[in-house]
Amino acid sequence: MSSDVMAIHSARVDAPTWGETLHGWVTTVDHKRIGLLYILFALLFLVIAGSEALVIRIQLMYPHNDFVSPQVFNRMFTMHGTTMIFFVAMPILFGFGNYLAPLMIGARDMAFPRLNAFSFWLSALGGFLLYFSFLGGSGLYGAGTAPDVGWWAYAPLTARAFSPGSSADYWTIAVLVSGFGSVGTAINLLATIVCMRCPGMTLNRMPLLAWLFLTMAAMVLFAVTPLTAAQLMLLIDRYLGGHFFDTQAGGSATLWMHFFWIFGHPEVYILIIPCFAFMSEIIPVFSRKPIFGYPVMVAATVCIAFVSMSVWAHHMFTIGMNSYANSFFAITTMAVGVPTGIKIFNWLGTMWGGRIQFKTPMLFSIGFLFQFLIAGLTGVMMASAPFDWQLGLSYFVVAHFHYIIVGGILFALFAAFYYWYPKVTGRMMSEPVGKLHFWLFVIGFHLTFDPMHFAGLFGMPRRIYTYEPGRGWDAINLIVSIGAFIQAAGVLVFVANLILSYWKGARAGKDPWDGWTLEWSVSSPPPAYNFATIPTVASRRPLWDLKHPEDPDSRYE
Amino acid sequence: MSIFAPASTPAQSIVDLSMFVLGITAVIFIVVATLLVYAIVKFRATPANADREPAQVYGSTQIELAWTIIPVLIVIVLFAATARVIHAIQDAPKPPTALEVTVIGHQFWWEYRYPAFGIVTANELHIPVSDPSRPKPTFLKLLSADTDHSFWIPQLAGKTDLIPNRINELWMDPHRTGIFLGQCAQYCGTQHAKMLQRVSVDTAEEFDAWVRAQQQPAVHAVRDESAVAGRRVFETTACINCHAIRGTVANGRFGPDLTHLMSRATIASGAAENTPENLRVWLKDPDAIKPGSLMPAMKMTDPELDALVGYMQSLR
Repeated sequence: MSSDVMAIHSARVDAPTWGETLHGWVTTVDHKRIGLLYILFALLFLVIAGSEALVIRIQLMYPHNDFVSPQVFNRMFTMHGTTMIFFVAMPILFGFGNYLAPLMIGARDMAFPRLNAFSFWLSALGGFLLYFSFLGGSGLYGAGTAPDVGWWAYAPLTARAFSPGSSADYWTIAVLVSGFGSVGTAINLLATIVCMRCPGMTLNRMPLLAWLFLTMAAMVLFAVTPLTAAQLMLLIDRYLGGHFFDTQAGGSATLWMHFFWIFGHPEVYILIIPCFAFMSEIIPVFSRKPIFGYPVMVAATVCIAFVSMSVWAHHMFTIGMNSYANSFFAITTMAVGVPTGIKIFNWLGTMWGGRIQFKTPMLFSIGFLFQFLIAGLTGVMMASAPFDWQLGLSYFVVAHFHYIIVGGILFALFAAFYYWYPKVTGRMMSEPVGKLHFWLFVIGFHLTFDPMHFAGLFGMPRRIYTYEPGRGWDAINLIVSIGAFIQAAGVLVFVANLILSYWKGARAGKDPWDGWTLEWSVSSPPPAYNFATIPTVASRRPLWDLKHPEDPDSRYE
Repeated sequence: MSIFAPASTPAQSIVDLSMFVLGITAVIFIVVATLLVYAIVKFRATPANADREPAQVYGSTQIELAWTIIPVLIVIVLFAATARVIHAIQDAPKPPTALEVTVIGHQFWWEYRYPAFGIVTANELHIPVSDPSRPKPTFLKLLSADTDHSFWIPQLAGKTDLIPNRINELWMDPHRTGIFLGQCAQYCGTQHAKMLQRVSVDTAEEFDAWVRAQQQPAVHAVRDESAVAGRRVFETTACINCHAIRGTVANGRFGPDLTHLMSRATIASGAAENTPENLRVWLKDPDAIKPGSLMPAMKMTDPELDALVGYMQSLR
């Protein structure tokens, strides 16, 4: 197969036309191209959902502001949350997994290339459907609207009585369709990582990234399916006269909450575990030491996967569960902090005694460590159920989960972009611009999300389009809004760096960071078939062995 | 409205627990952050160490054990403290002296019913102060007429949701009198933001007086000319479909009970002060105060509006 491809390449002299290039991308089944499609799709939606956040922040800058109506505001936070989770975070992480996993385990492609393409296009369809609601949401009477039920879409707000028209259906179907895409890619990642490792790569020698994506993919199978089931039940309620969640006919609002959060909480770990993966690859390389406690890192990850399946109702401490249920979900939630803490300690152990190089990927990784530490600790506060009766549903929660999603996940993603961009494009991203991006984003992030905690402590509930003056929230909200714009400026710098470096960046060569995993052994960008000959590995750091034949890792493992 | 200014037993025990949890998490943060900063400063690359790789260390079982066992112990301590407070608040017995109030959440206002007194009112809750020597806690039964809502007066208790088809409970025993503010905490639709709450904690005497006043029907108050005309407008338009005024034909249930509207400081669930001017704006065009509120604009003429405001003013 690969020799055919090469023959075709050498026979063609003319550059492909635009049409041919486009056709090539649309019909591709190459894991690297699909990975990039995922990432570009997610970046597009990142900019859209980020703009929605800015609308929210302009509206909340002053009390009784009327920049947008309450209806528009409610659509904005619904679309912001739904987009960021389902059409930014999920696809961008699948994109990285798609691109990196086969390269790092020494495989030529994913296990099911066509399923891979199908899954991506399903996710893309979901995203476009969600946004089509702006045109078609109200159904027949023309003036369209996006859904405004919040990203959890709690029953019975989604019932026909409270959400007439089609806007809630666009939400349901968009999430449903992208859910099928997620399950497809999860199966693919599982099969690829389990079955397609190169000779010598036992489970015990897999790069941590492969281990973590394997865990994440398994979690997707268990977490996304209940959500898909719930969406079908909601559609049955809305169109076939079902009463699962229809409280006016005896249905249960809390049933939806359970379905949603049994997806929603593992989802947080589905998003953060790949980011742990990036950290576990980037921190060792820039500390010039192998990861500290590899087996413990693997065990902690798998442990998180299991425990995180039993914590979902900590999102529901305020719904009036009895004291036993509240105690159960308090202890499981606190318990998940233990393996998570172990991970932070192991990254610290990796840096300890190393020779830390402060390149842009490492800067973002260090930001991740501090911010994720704080996010974890505010999580422990909310695991304490009575404390959550005050903090839950307030701006404290908003601050907490943005600390995870922006301070943790997005920082890790930025680190991953700077780290693997040279592999993908063959060019380095600009270091000075990268550092400007880092500092802008750190300042913007903390201005935005640190004060938000205090808004919650002072009693400000989330999801309100305006607020009364004189409750101690005015100055906080103004600072938060200013911070949001600084973050936006940081993102613009990042996007400019991404685009300009593609043409202007220094040539990267195969291995610009002196890395240790297999992706750095092939050219940048890697050839379509990845490896001309399938490599054989003898340790967790095959390139270290190659570069230090006198002191290979395989001697110690 | 800070959660750290508690004025009742449950709010106080949450603050005590919070301080304990905050203390422990602060210590963890300081220890870990210090180690991180130390590692970043101490182990940075310098020209002096540029030419060689550092010692390749793969891990240490002892260290791993240490940083597994210590967090486990911390979790056990935190959980024990948490479970104690969960039990103390949630499983507190209801004393026979307790006042019972039924709270019904509506899009986008609060209905309060006092079954023992036969009172129905809206948006502004009156409860008696609870003297620790003679406790008089208030037990709230939380219901919803439509979507989910959440009852949250940060200084009096943690929040609890009002969920349709479900009965939740919440109790508070305010230790001092005064006005306590809060607002709906669970997203319930377009006007979630202006579903504000006001709790007036009264002395025992004030509370009894308030109860007696609320128990009176409204009709006797109607005297002057404009109020009579206003009553006619009220009873011949759709107002009575949604609003009740005890002692008249108006017995609607979708909107707030207006029998003693003038005893309340605010209208539209706290969205505006209860002044004749605001009432007039509200009656003319509810969207001007609370866009998306379920009260329709009735397209009344100016004389009708004046009369109606006059009638509302008579509902003392």
